[in-house]
Amino acid sequence: MTGFDWLFFAEITLAGLGSGALLALTALAFVLIYKATRVVNLAIGEMLMVGAYLFFSFTAGWQVHWAVAIGLALAGGGVLGAVLERTIMRPMLGESPISTFMITIGLGSVLAGLVEIVWGADPARLPEFMGNAPVFIGEAYVSRKIAIGFAAAALVIIAFVVAFRFWRGGVALRATASDQGAAYSCGIDVPRVFSYAWIVAGMAAAGAGVLVGAVGGISPTMGIFGLSALVVVIFGGLDSVAGALVGGLVVGLIEAWAGTYLGGEYKMVATFGLLLSVLLVRPYGLFGTHEIERL
Amino acid sequence: MAGRNVGAGNGQGAPVLEIDRLTLQFGGLKVLNDVSLAVPQGAVTTIIGPNGAGKTSLFNCISGFYRPKAGRVTFEGRDITAAPPPARAKMGLARTFQNISLFRGMTVLDNIKLGRHVHMTSGLLDGLLYWGRAEREEGAIRAEIEEKVIDFLEINHIRNRPVAALPYGLRKRVEMARALAMQPRVLMLDEPVAGMNREETEDMARFILDVKEEWGVTILMVEHDMGLVMDISDHVVVLNFGQVIAAGRPAEVQAHPEVIKAYLGAGDIGQLRARIAGEPAA
Repeated sequence: MTGFDWLFFAEITLAGLGSGALLALTALAFVLIYKATRVVNLAIGEMLMVGAYLFFSFTAGWQVHWAVAIGLALAGGGVLGAVLERTIMRPMLGESPISTFMITIGLGSVLAGLVEIVWGADPARLPEFMGNAPVFIGEAYVSRKIAIGFAAAALVIIAFVVAFRFWRGGVALRATASDQGAAYSCGIDVPRVFSYAWIVAGMAAAGAGVLVGAVGGISPTMGIFGLSALVVVIFGGLDSVAGALVGGLVVGLIEAWAGTYLGGEYKMVATFGLLLSVLLVRPYGLFGTHEIERL
Repeated sequence: MAGRNVGAGNGQGAPVLEIDRLTLQFGGLKVLNDVSLAVPQGAVTTIIGPNGAGKTSLFNCISGFYRPKAGRVTFEGRDITAAPPPARAKMGLARTFQNISLFRGMTVLDNIKLGRHVHMTSGLLDGLLYWGRAEREEGAIRAEIEEKVIDFLEINHIRNRPVAALPYGLRKRVEMARALAMQPRVLMLDEPVAGMNREETEDMARFILDVKEEWGVTILMVEHDMGLVMDISDHVVVLNFGQVIAAGRPAEVQAHPEVIKAYLGAGDIGQLRARIAGEPAA
């Protein structure tokens, strides 16, 4: 090897961080639901897809301004989350975790099917709304979409972290995550916390969907992005916000590096290899809660 | 009906909490069967009974975790049978749990502050919109809690420690502090001294009596430690197989033949006790 191309490496790294931020945002939506309700929601990728398609309909179909369309897509994602929680997940309260888990798998298939019925099976491109002028950080080139996606995801994530820490709703969420019975008896309306968690997660997923769709286009199979997000949360810990952030960035970076230097077919191998080694050392994820039962 | 009205208070004051013919069923199992009792204002009422008698189930009905099949729960004249737990908490019912339910990842102070959550006037969304108001409220609350609950329960030295690291007895005390921070009118304690040593038990007994006398809070508790029950209760209700079999002052209940039978069994010892008491053998 005659001289490592550091500039190229930096560009790959930035691209990896960009997709990592989107992964982190999706993972955050997942963690939010898991933390509040202990439901492993495998339909998060499909919820993300619905958000992207809503945005597509509003901009390409109804010619709404993109900023308004984003708002509408977020609202749509929130409504979707609320409806799913109230009609499907709430009646499953108290059932075995395996049952709820299976329901979310079915939910994913149903959503993917609905999207295909409504919008057709062909991939589509979201209308341009971010512009194309390249962004340079130092000398390194970054695609404008990826840069904007990173910035937007980062902003949302920071807002989340602040809310978790300081907003009373965030405190109620942490209390519910810690002990539902105690939270209930302290006057925290636990069913409402569930509902809010699904709504906010639905909105976050829809937002991530718009960003993912803007970068890579949309299709009824884009829910697969949720699978990468699942790797992130298992890697970072199902109930850890910090884990979702760090995990998202790490998985994004590793996918980018492996894809470039080893070839596209090694992307998954590298990601899952990493996942495997993390799970061997810390089965509850890097930042997950290690349940200790005192007998 | 054995359970009818035997649980009524005996003159300490008007009942603040009334349970009227409560029946709770899990499948075919009647956990509570026609249970009636009244909790007199400003007194310590204790529910005793053998394991599996339905004491904790009764607690869960009163705090809203279980929905009874029949019967009514009345709190300060209001029917709360169908009210969800947060609504009951707001009205002034606070409880602790048999197997301590604290927010594990948080500090003692954070746990206690969450007890105040119920009384914050700004709602979930307001909290986001009106930082100032929420913050001022927060400050006032903190001062109040530090003044009263923490000092009172003597947990000042551990206020910033994570609860998961505390020994059992202290965790019980923190849980009680959190319930007190809710400023309840009725404090429900599910086995407050279970698993405690003698010294810890005596401390807890002192706290319970002080809560009653200094704070004017009515106490309803479930407890197995008969020494404690007889010492600090004003009113004792005995449950067995989901039914109230006796109620009254501690001494009365202690001598009640049904109670002796429930605790000692209907076998030889029960008959022996009955004969000593000069009654015909059961």
